[in-house]
Amino acid sequence: MAEVQFRFRDDEPVADPGVTVDAFGEQTNALAVRLEPGDEPRDLLPHLDRLRLVEVNFPSFGDGRGYSAARVLREAGYIGELRAAGEVLVDQIAFMRRCGFDAFAPEVPLDPADAEAAWSRYGEVYQPTTDGRTPIWGLRHGIGRRG
Amino acid sequence: MYKYDSYDQAMVDARVEEFRDQVRRRLEGHITEDQFKPLRLMNGLYLQLHAYMLRVAVPYGTLNSAQMRMLGDIADKYDRGYGHFTTRQNIQYNWIKLEDAPDILADLAKVEMHAIQTSGNCIRNTTSDQYAGAVADEVVDPRPYAELIRQWSTFHPEFSFLPRKFKMAVIASDTDRAAMKLHDIGIQIVRDAAGELGAAFYVGGGMGRTPMIAPCINPFVPIDRMITYAEACLRVYNRHGRRDNKYKARIKILVHELGKDEYTRQVEAEFAHLLTQQIEPPLAELERIKAQFAEPPFEVGIADTVDRSDPDFALWVDNNCLPHKQAGYIAATISLKPVGGIPGDASADQIRLMADLARDYSFDELRVTHAQNIVLPHVKKADLYALWQQLEAAGLGTANLDLVGDIIACPGLDYCSLANARSIPVAQKIGQRLAVKQQEIGELKLKISGCINACGHHHAGHIGILGVDKKGTENYQLLLGGCEGADTSLGQITGPGFDEDGIVDAVEKATQFYLSQREEGERFLDTYRRIGMPAFKEAIYG
Ligand code: HEM
Ligand code: SF4
Repeated sequence: MAEVQFRFRDDEPVADPGVTVDAFGEQTNALAVRLEPGDEPRDLLPHLDRLRLVEVNFPSFGDGRGYSAARVLREAGYIGELRAAGEVLVDQIAFMRRCGFDAFAPEVPLDPADAEAAWSRYGEVYQPTTDGRTPIWGLRHGIGRRG
Repeated sequence: MYKYDSYDQAMVDARVEEFRDQVRRRLEGHITEDQFKPLRLMNGLYLQLHAYMLRVAVPYGTLNSAQMRMLGDIADKYDRGYGHFTTRQNIQYNWIKLEDAPDILADLAKVEMHAIQTSGNCIRNTTSDQYAGAVADEVVDPRPYAELIRQWSTFHPEFSFLPRKFKMAVIASDTDRAAMKLHDIGIQIVRDAAGELGAAFYVGGGMGRTPMIAPCINPFVPIDRMITYAEACLRVYNRHGRRDNKYKARIKILVHELGKDEYTRQVEAEFAHLLTQQIEPPLAELERIKAQFAEPPFEVGIADTVDRSDPDFALWVDNNCLPHKQAGYIAATISLKPVGGIPGDASADQIRLMADLARDYSFDELRVTHAQNIVLPHVKKADLYALWQQLEAAGLGTANLDLVGDIIACPGLDYCSLANARSIPVAQKIGQRLAVKQQEIGELKLKISGCINACGHHHAGHIGILGVDKKGTENYQLLLGGCEGADTSLGQITGPGFDEDGIVDAVEKATQFYLSQREEGERFLDTYRRIGMPAFKEAIYG
């Protein structure tokens, strides 16, 4: 399993390796789960309170199912670590953060300067997500996110 | 017309810098071509047979004269003095150097333009009715809704790595002039009995190797929920669209395999959930956008007639102009289909001239049509003759809108690396062969694709031509009976294919047979629908 290269949260990282979604359902004490692109993220919703780490695998960067999985989990109120693993590339990180990922374990470590430049490039965003950023329409009309 | 504010401008400026950085990383070898490919594709840069091709977005086909002029200047500065207007209301340049691409994007950004998401597996440029705001049959001007979608879909964090490309069209008239039902999502803005605006969603249409007409999955989504509904449609697709086979990855296959009802059920469930997430822009935002599409200051009480004493001019008016909602005005289409020309091509000088004419005669506005022509939407009838004379002098006065010479053709084997056969020479030959007969034949939409991907809309042509590879030689299949619009239908293959000269002969035979069979007032398509394939087959192969 690749190292976590970037982490945007302060709590202690969970050391346990993530178990598969199937195994997770049976193992009542597991804290970490690993989600493959075809797994249904909503299967995890009944267990959100005990989950501390969801690792979403991107076997290839072009398979974008993990972006939806991340948003579904965050929209359902998941607050634990959401880690993107696998083929995570510089130009995907900004999108991933917007979808709720807060830790990144790229298979091939990224150039930190390139990564930093990539995720700080766009000052504002058009769409609201659960990342709390006020979308451009909110700025235009003085509407903050969630009141 | 929509005008960028500082937020919109900052977005395209940042994109230019990002792409400059990506090109640098590629040229310095930090990223592989495989990793670079999706990045350049999201900026509209394709590697083709001879060079890079750059596709520039023209949101909902609307341009002002400064933008059009810049498109002409780019053709001169970075290409070989030409631009190619496409069926997706965009413009493409066929001879681009990778090193130049960031500078081109910077030039575009100066006039509020970009190449964002003009390719790649993301939400592409949203198309619309080329006569929006000019014709009487629309419920509202559809472009503000398309602009709302443009902003929502720009760098959408969840939908930038979809199973496949995603094309949307927005119309607001029963006369569908944008082939709306042949898009991944087609939206028709409608009014309900209470007078409220809503969006009818048609999902899962498309062309390509498996053409499908989109079914309506919801006839009325309240207008202040349109973006949320679109988000639900996309999320279901992103989760469940096929990724195992790129030929089955479009949303049309998902809708087809799940069935319209099951797909709709999933969308409605996701929609109910997303409504709790407050992702919809407020109506105030729609109002802000709408204000920028306010009607131009039309003069009232002016002459509503055209002096038809010049017969060539009268012919052009009859063919290329459409009644305007405002008395005294007309919508004029500039055909980019001169006899023997390359459909959709315009020289840098022609592009700049059209820009000037838009400034002088059409309240600074132009439209690109999906039939690869240019519209001046608001021309005063009193100015029409002067306008036409300038068009005529520049080789832009061809009077053939919707006639057989107004051919849609993809780039084909002359430029495209996926092609099986050339499209352009076939278009040129057919145009030449039928030029003298085309007025007599009347409306006949002929569409040519150089391979099964159907960029030339051959499925939707009254006559469609598809280039195939037959044991290493170029061969052409003939289709009849396709049609876009309110009565969308897909063309059927007539039978064995033809070589290049054979297909020209076959098209001529089909038109001759039509002329011999047509009843009063019938277009080619009507006659075909009445008497059917077997009779035409007999006439073509018999
Ligand atoms: C020369 C480079 C081009 C390449 C490599 C290319 C590639 C493709 C491919 C692979 C498809 C099939 C997608 C699918 O069904 O999943 C397609 C469809 C299409 N392309 Fe192109 N294309 C090119 C140029 C154009 C041009 C110049 C136009 C406009 C004139 C265009 C407009 C379209 C349209 C309208 C479709 C079919 C509609 C649909 O997607 O369902 N393409 N293209
Ligand atoms: S239809 Fe085929 S040949 Fe024509 S542009 Fe599209 S991919 Fe190329």
